[in-house]
Amino acid sequence: MENEILLLKGNEAIAHAAIRCGCDGYFGYPITPQSEVLETLSVLKPWETTGMVVLQAESEVASINMLYGGGGSGKRVMTSSSSVGIALMQEGISYMAGAEVPGLIVNVQRGGPGLGTIQPSQSDYNQATRGGGNGDYNVIVLAPNSVQEMADFVDLAFELSFKYRNPAMILSDGVIGQMMEKVVLPPFKPRRTEEEIARECPWAANGHGLKGRRPNIITSLEMDPVEMEKKNLHLQAKYKEIREKEVRYETTSCDDADILIVAFGSASRISLKAMETARKQGLKVGLFRPITLWPFPEREIREMARHLKGILTVEINAGQMVFDVRAAVDGSVPVRHFGRLGGIVPDPDEIVQELYKL
Amino acid sequence: MKLEIIISGFGGQGVLSMGKILAYAGLMEGKEVTWMPAYGPEQRGGTANVTVIVSDEPISSPILSRYDTAIVLNQPSLDKFQPKVKPGGSIIYDSFGILDKPSRTDVDVFHINAMETAAELKMMKCFNMFVLGGLLKVHPIVSLESVMKALRKTLPERHHDLLPVNEQAIIKGEELIVKE
Repeated sequence: MENEILLLKGNEAIAHAAIRCGCDGYFGYPITPQSEVLETLSVLKPWETTGMVVLQAESEVASINMLYGGGGSGKRVMTSSSSVGIALMQEGISYMAGAEVPGLIVNVQRGGPGLGTIQPSQSDYNQATRGGGNGDYNVIVLAPNSVQEMADFVDLAFELSFKYRNPAMILSDGVIGQMMEKVVLPPFKPRRTEEEIARECPWAANGHGLKGRRPNIITSLEMDPVEMEKKNLHLQAKYKEIREKEVRYETTSCDDADILIVAFGSASRISLKAMETARKQGLKVGLFRPITLWPFPEREIREMARHLKGILTVEINAGQMVFDVRAAVDGSVPVRHFGRLGGIVPDPDEIVQELYKL
Repeated sequence: MKLEIIISGFGGQGVLSMGKILAYAGLMEGKEVTWMPAYGPEQRGGTANVTVIVSDEPISSPILSRYDTAIVLNQPSLDKFQPKVKPGGSIIYDSFGILDKPSRTDVDVFHINAMETAAELKMMKCFNMFVLGGLLKVHPIVSLESVMKALRKTLPERHHDLLPVNEQAIIKGEELIVKE
């Protein structure tokens, strides 16, 4: 039913949205706290309706290489995992960036390092926003803070990924993945036909359209350094364009604020409650939420900083985004970090106490 | 109107599903809801808990520092969440799993003899619905009608013959709860 309001987990919303936005294939390997993505797809059986392929791969490494192949043929393909599994995928993501292959990677983060914990964390911020694998590259990173955005960002991530021929990531965490909220699923969009793919992805190696053109080659390898530098400069020019055009963010109560909280994903929800409490106590607090973590809204934060006494970044990690905020404001206002580690999620009152330390 | 609730007990007592039915009932009435479970090995024993918020206004954080109501079904849950109930809030407990009773004097304390009654009536599988009935008596945040709609939605159809038993359990729970 269109526009029906459902109560879903964030992970379930991802699965429903994938089918509805014309996803051609999902390849994944179960891991807490995101296993409901594969589980829900298995229950919904989209291969019987839209023809979408759902495959439990033998490992995360296999999943990402299936993505490389599927994306290389112009298909809308995705995988999902959690921190440890995403770490395993980094080689493949780097190859995709180098070969300019689109694809969607969903990371429902848990605490690390190593196997760490199954509890929520945001400690993969650096990995996600710095590329994560070898070489000079970036992945487009969207950070949902509600179940609704988990559903909405699947299509957005695919659109951006194909527009720029670059891997895109939804960086979520155990809170957003496991919680249930109201959600209206996106409208149904059919999978693209072979003709549409051939038209929209003339670079794709899909075995079609050989008449009148040379075979397309998908590779990240280039033995000639002169050519490889050209390729890198092309990638850098593309990243510059993405930084200029695709920054997304949300501000709440920032107009009269002299203290700003910068937080993304689940931490932004908890910070919103902290902001409400602090405002009742007379503190003029606003909330700035980066929606794209890469490209990071540095210009917007810099402009806002002119009217501020201080900034507090709230992250469920030891302080990662705080360096991007400090770089953005370039010393013009003090920037503090507050976070909890190891799968402990900060509660709103802890954040309020930190605001008084600014 | 907004109610911020923590429901906590042993894994297997139906803590998470009780929260889910409550959240679904809120949804049926067009309210804003969040359901945030402590996920992980708790489902296979140990202490499980879920935070449920039912509100007329948009909900900011699904994670809370303090609660309007704590429903505690074992001693570790009472020990953990008693200090986190807002002054003027309420604690609902079943003495079956609890040796040291709630000690707060600045909150309303309610007792529900759900475990023993469910056992007597041979309705152990509906234990959580007795407790939900108790909650609704104290905080009628959603109607019984909406809860039944929610049950119809969350129970697989092959179990729909159990709907009347669940309704009886809720109604019995409303009778069982007493203020201390």
